[in-house]
Parts: sequence; C-alpha cells; structure tokens
Amino acid sequence: MTAMQGVFLFTAGLILWAAFMMVTRQNLVHAAFYLILALFGVSIIFVLLDAGFLAVVQVLVYIGAISIIMIFAVMLTRGDVIEEAPVNKNFGWALLLAALFAFGLIILIGQWPAVASLAGEIDTSRDLAAELGVALVSPEGFVIPFEVASVLLLAALVGALMVARPQKKGK
Amino acid sequence: MSFWTDPILVANEWFTGLLADLLPEAWATLISTIVGVVLVSSFGLILVIFLIWLERKVAARFQDRIGPNRAGPYGLLQTIADIVKLLTKEDSIPEKADKLTFNLAPIVSMIAVLLIWAVIPFAPGWIGTDLNVGVLYIAAVGSFGILSILMAGWASNNKYALLGAFRAVAQLISYEVPMLLTLLVPVLLARSMGMMHMVEVQSTWFIVLAPVAGFIFLVSSIAEVGRTPFDLIEAESEIVAGYHTEYTGMKFGLFFAAEFLHAFTVGVLFAILYLGGWRGPGAVEYPILGVVYLMAKASIGYFIVMWVRSTLPRIRIDHMLDLNWKVLTPISLALLIATAVLDKVFAETALRAPALLAGNVVVLLLSWALLRGMSRKARRERQVFKKRPEARAVQP
Repeated sequence: MTAMQGVFLFTAGLILWAAFMMVTRQNLVHAAFYLILALFGVSIIFVLLDAGFLAVVQVLVYIGAISIIMIFAVMLTRGDVIEEAPVNKNFGWALLLAALFAFGLIILIGQWPAVASLAGEIDTSRDLAAELGVALVSPEGFVIPFEVASVLLLAALVGALMVARPQKKGK
Repeated sequence: MSFWTDPILVANEWFTGLLADLLPEAWATLISTIVGVVLVSSFGLILVIFLIWLERKVAARFQDRIGPNRAGPYGLLQTIADIVKLLTKEDSIPEKADKLTFNLAPIVSMIAVLLIWAVIPFAPGWIGTDLNVGVLYIAAVGSFGILSILMAGWASNNKYALLGAFRAVAQLISYEVPMLLTLLVPVLLARSMGMMHMVEVQSTWFIVLAPVAGFIFLVSSIAEVGRTPFDLIEAESEIVAGYHTEYTGMKFGLFFAAEFLHAFTVGVLFAILYLGGWRGPGAVEYPILGVVYLMAKASIGYFIVMWVRSTLPRIRIDHMLDLNWKVLTPISLALLIATAVLDKVFAETALRAPALLAGNVVVLLLSWALLRGMSRKARRERQVFKKRPEARAVQP
C-alpha cells in the first residue's frame, strides 16, 4: 500500500462516517457541521486526483454556502432544534429505495471498463486551470452550455430579487 | 548561492540532505514539508505579538495618547504580559453551550487566517506552495473565517452572540462580492491566478493600472476583517461583544490575535496584488531583501487599516449594506468590464497602461456623478417627507 492509497482510504472513510453522522443527527446545526466535514473530504479527494482547481472551488462554493444554510437552520427552527426535531416515519422505505439505488449504481459502474484500469498520469506541468478557462469560452469547447447556464443563473437572481422586492404603495 | 543571500534555500537543502541520509525519500519530503508548515505559521503567530503592540502604539498616537509604555522598552513586552494574563484567566464554558463547537471555533478562526500564508510569495522561491489557483484559494479559505464566527455565535447559546453571528453572515458574505471582483482585476492583468506569477509580471505595479480596484479591495477587505468602521459583528454598544461574548482567556485571545493577523494579511495581500509584492532593487539576487520589501509594502496597507480604525466611527448596519450593494459592487463590476475590454484592445502596446488608468478615472468620475445624483434625490425625498402633514404630526 502506497502512502497515496493510505490517504485515500482515510479520506474515504472520513467522508462516509461524516455523511452517516450527518443524516442521523437530530440537531440540524450539527448535521450542517458534518456536511462540511464530508464536503471538505471530497475536496481532499480532488487534490489527490491533481484537480487543484476543482478542490478549491469545492471549498469556495460548498463550504462557503453552508454557512447560509446554517443560518436558515437556526432561524427556521428556533429553540426546538434539539428536543423536537421531526423524525420521518417513512424512513424505512426511503432506506430501502436508497439501498436499491446504490446497489444498482455499484453494478452499473462496475461494468464500466474504465473502473478496472488505472488512470493515466496527468501532466502537471500544463496549466490545467487556464486550459479549463479557455475550454469554457471557446466556440469549439463549451461556450454554449456555459452561456446558457449563466443566463439561467442570472434569471434566477433577477427572479429572486423580484419576489423579495417590497410592494410599492398604491399598486 | 550563499547563506546570506538566500538563507531559506540553503537551510532547506541542508535539512533535506540531512534527512535523506537517515530516512527513505518519501519520509524526508514529508518531514521537511511539515517543518516548513510549522515555520510559516510560527512566523505569523510571532508576528501577531508584535502587531498588537504596534497597533496599540499607532492608535494611541492618532488619539493623542502615549500607549503601552510600562513593560519593557517602549512597552514592547506589554503583549507578552497580556498573553500571560490571558493564559492564567479562568476558562469558563457556558453550561448550555455546545462544548465541542464552542472550543473548536477559535481554532478554526486562527487556522482560516494562517491558511492564507501558505500561498504568500515572500521572495523569489520563497513560497509555501505555488498553486496555479492561488487567488481562488485565498477566497476559498476566507469561508472558514465566516464559519468560525458562525460556530462561535451559535455554540455560545447566547442571544447576543447569535445576533453577532447573523450580522457576520450578512456583512462578510456581502463584502465577499466586491472583494472577489477586485481580486479578479489583477488576475486579468497578470493572466494567471498563481501568486508568484502575479508578482513576477508586475513590472508596473497594478496600483498604477487599477487604482480604483485597489482601493475597493482594501475597503472590502477591512469589512471582511470586521474592523472599525465595519465592526458591527462585535458592536459593544449594541450587542455586548457579538460572537465572542461568552469567550474568556486565551480562547478570546485567539479570536483577537486572528483579527490582528488578518488585518496585517490584508496589507500583505494588497502589497502582492497591487504594489508589486517582493519586487525591488536587488530582490532577485538577494531574496532576503525581497522579504524586507514585501513587509515594508504590507505596512502601507496595514497603516491605512489602522488609520481608518482609529479615525472613523462605526457605520450603521443599513449604511454598511447600502455601501456594499449600491456603491462598491456596481463600481467593481464596471471596473472589471472596463479592465477586460481595455486590456484586450491595448494588449502588447505602449498605450496599455495609460488606457487602463484612463478607464479607471472614467469609471470613478461616472460613479461619482451617479452617486451625487442619488444622494441629491434622497435628500429631496427626505425633505418632501418632512413637509407632509402626517409626518409632522408624528414628530414631537
């Protein structure tokens, strides 16, 4: 076992443990903390795969956004986060469905030939972040999906502003 | 390369050579990396002891006082004495607090600042790790700072602490927007997100090419640190002490030290992004000079932060949000577009620097004219409101 595999196994274990703790906590804020731990573990995996840009974006977008989720968790649940957190009575069915889904995914991914073969070495001398940037805006690359996603996000932003806007008097 | 021109490189070669004789190569690399991490973070932690003394002295001068002058020459040992005091204080944890989160919050707050120092280029070749996404990394670890304040505010189980945490989210996440936009301006000019590359391409300092962006970066960074005039998250006259109300002793000390170190780090980042980092005469031949230049330039930004802190009163929360969303964010968006267009049009020509500077001036003048118009309109509306009979009836 190389050091890399050791780090991977440790991180993978950490992610699974944190994810399990997250869904079983009754306290919403604790669940959010475990979610942060799991997401941080995913960014470590990205680092192990030499995907530095994705690792940093993972931290920036997910862990940055979690603090807002936590604020909602605190504001919407007030004092009763600990005592009377609702328990979903149908969790058995959900567990069954999730297990079936996970089982199916494992079988499907196992049939994919790329899983069994080792990935090739990434040429770390190339500036991959710059190449990603060029690919996102070049007409041969992904400029149309990129622009469509931008417009969609802009529409969502404007929509949120319109919804939150106070009604003017006399209208 | 002798010891006196580049001590870190020589020491590093000697140390790895020593380890390589004793251990397999992978272990030697691991140990020397850990030693590097310890060295860089200790540098920050020791620096902060001096910074607290410096800031107290400077603030005292601004307010026509003398400042600490009892312990040691010029009061230099005052901070050491304060640390001893903080360490001997009772460590109280509120009974209803969330113990683990409560104790973890000050550590996270310190780590969030120290993590930034991993990508600081001190001198040619002196950098913790030269990530090709360095600027983005700085923005990313900033989210841990917000997280630590939220953890502290929530885990204290105290109304005022929670209010402070809510304010922190409103303030820090809002001011992240102009800060990120003005971080993008040097990235555009340098055509890279790597911090070392950022310094290497600044043959003309970026403050010349983008003065307005530099100013907005500094303002929004002060708000990110949460210092006066943006210290609403710990406003004593409104919410006791905000998120660190329940903290005593060295746990409070960690929040306090993290704030001071963060303020200096803002100066360092300003120096790297806009003032040419370690660049200066002889810095390439003698890397040790580069460190001196960087610290001298960082002091400029830090001095402005101290100056603002000891001169301006705290601003009101609605003014704070208005300043961000109605002034800083639109101006920095306009600057980003102007910089992108002008830099592309005049790339590789002699007109690049004058055109960029002119673009900044035009954006500044336009926004000034717009703001004046807005403030006049607001004043007229206020006067109309005062003249209305129902408004007059409410007033005593």
